[in-house]
Amino acid sequence: MSDLIEIRWHGRGGQGAKTASLLLADAAFNTGKYIQGFPEYGPERMGAPITAYNRISDKPITIHSNIYEPNYVVVVDDSLLESVDVTAGLKKEGAIVINSTKDAEEIKKYLKGYEGEIYKIDARKISIEALGKYFPNTPMLAAIVKVSKVMTDEEFLDDMKGSFKHKFAKKPEVIDGNMKALELALNSVERI
Amino acid sequence: MSIRERLSGNEAAAIAMKQINPDVVAAFPITPSTEIPQYFSTFVNNGEVNTEFVAVESEHSAMAATIGAEAAGSRAMTATSANGLSLMWEMIYIASSLRLPIVMSLVNRAVSGPLNIHNDHSDAMGVRDAGWIMLFSENNQEAYDNLVMAHRIAEHKDVKLPLMVCQDGFITSHSIENIELIEDDKVKTFVGEYNPEQYLLNKENPIAVGPLDLQGYLFEHKTQQAEAMKNAKKVILEVAEEFEKMTGRKYSFFEEYKMEDAEIAIVCMNSTAGTTKYVVDSLREKGVKAGLLKLRVFRPFPAEEIAKALENVKAVAVLDKSDSLNAAGGALFEDITSAMYVNKKRVPMVNYVYGIGGRDTKSDDIESVYNDLAEIAKTGEIDNPYRYLGLRK
Repeated sequence: MSDLIEIRWHGRGGQGAKTASLLLADAAFNTGKYIQGFPEYGPERMGAPITAYNRISDKPITIHSNIYEPNYVVVVDDSLLESVDVTAGLKKEGAIVINSTKDAEEIKKYLKGYEGEIYKIDARKISIEALGKYFPNTPMLAAIVKVSKVMTDEEFLDDMKGSFKHKFAKKPEVIDGNMKALELALNSVERI
Repeated sequence: MSIRERLSGNEAAAIAMKQINPDVVAAFPITPSTEIPQYFSTFVNNGEVNTEFVAVESEHSAMAATIGAEAAGSRAMTATSANGLSLMWEMIYIASSLRLPIVMSLVNRAVSGPLNIHNDHSDAMGVRDAGWIMLFSENNQEAYDNLVMAHRIAEHKDVKLPLMVCQDGFITSHSIENIELIEDDKVKTFVGEYNPEQYLLNKENPIAVGPLDLQGYLFEHKTQQAEAMKNAKKVILEVAEEFEKMTGRKYSFFEEYKMEDAEIAIVCMNSTAGTTKYVVDSLREKGVKAGLLKLRVFRPFPAEEIAKALENVKAVAVLDKSDSLNAAGGALFEDITSAMYVNKKRVPMVNYVYGIGGRDTKSDDIESVYNDLAEIAKTGEIDNPYRYLGLRK
């Protein structure tokens, strides 16, 4: 089962973690993979903690449960570090990617001695620079692609351009900004 | 060539409906099946289907409208979940007794109360004696394939019974997964035209639908329904064979996964079967002879065939995603134990009620069942046959 990659997303309602997990599933699908993308539905409210999941594999995926021992974790909002056990079950051969401006020591304080790789990215700064608004999911999507290497940067950018053209058919003016957010994010993920 | 896609289970069901292009769809939204009529109404709006979409004010009316449409001589479909099906209950029995081959997508969810929107099979189990054919689906692919086969089974002249295609709410209905779609024209040819022998709008041959049916006749009419349900077994296999020729995908009453030499086996339905396959694979790597019988056709119930498939194992666990609250065991367990007894197969059997109200079923949970079965196979002892799986301590 070593070819199965499992990813868990932690975000807050309204930040687009679910959408990001579905976009990642789409992008991986387009590179020929078998995929799953699904959120854990609870009471859906703006700001409430939400979890979403991805499975990506070269072989058909039959398992239909939530993910308890992910290879990768994405934290879309660092205020969750205080209340959610984000490294629960996270494999030490894997990695966690956090949207944060906190310094390395402070982030590590919340990660319960997690031994795997820890990455951070300032998704707010990137989003504001590229889009003029705070949509953290686009930079975080690029960040997890960079860290997990489920596809190359080029494959990912090519595919996302197609997705955005489709998704934003009625507002093409936001496509360039979103592409810029992805490119900036791919180049600013930082291991701490 | 089939079309490689990625869709949620609800999208897959809606696409199947689009390709079937029924005359009438009547539906009322309810989580987690809401997206099916939502997507379908978009197809109607965009002119991609010729269907008359009836946005009714309740599920009772949704079923009543599909009954009216089918009785008139047209092909009608609907979709619902949980309390939506509960509200249809009166009309569910009328649909089957009028022998109207309506096709429903049932996205399984716990029936209230207390209020819960998540998956279990209590909605489906509540109508198991209503005279509907009931097909269960492991994933989006099977939800789609079962719908493509549905009308051919339901409308067959030896059957003429309504049919529901079940899939697990949220777990498959809202999960995006790979799927192989069939080309539109192939589906159209496969499903074919609906030409009922008798229908209300045929002025050449006027008929009455649903008159009073008292002591002198109701019994005979019920046995005709029962006979039709028996006939459905043959038709289900014939349609599956034709479907396999078109797609290469094989369907039967159930799927036997690594059962040839299995010593311990789990029987379950819908998405849990996928998780169980994953566990069977990992146990097989350790030399454990585990197998799975995934039931697809719950009504008609293939009693004899199941008994034959399970006759050589040393212990069986039946997983019920609904509790019958009868102090004896879940519905699937009782059907299977009865099938074994009547067919003179003596295999130790145990029941696990699991996944109630959306409780996640982990691979570890399934593995613990196989561990229990290994112990039962060794000793033959079962202290309590009616158990819970995944219940918080």
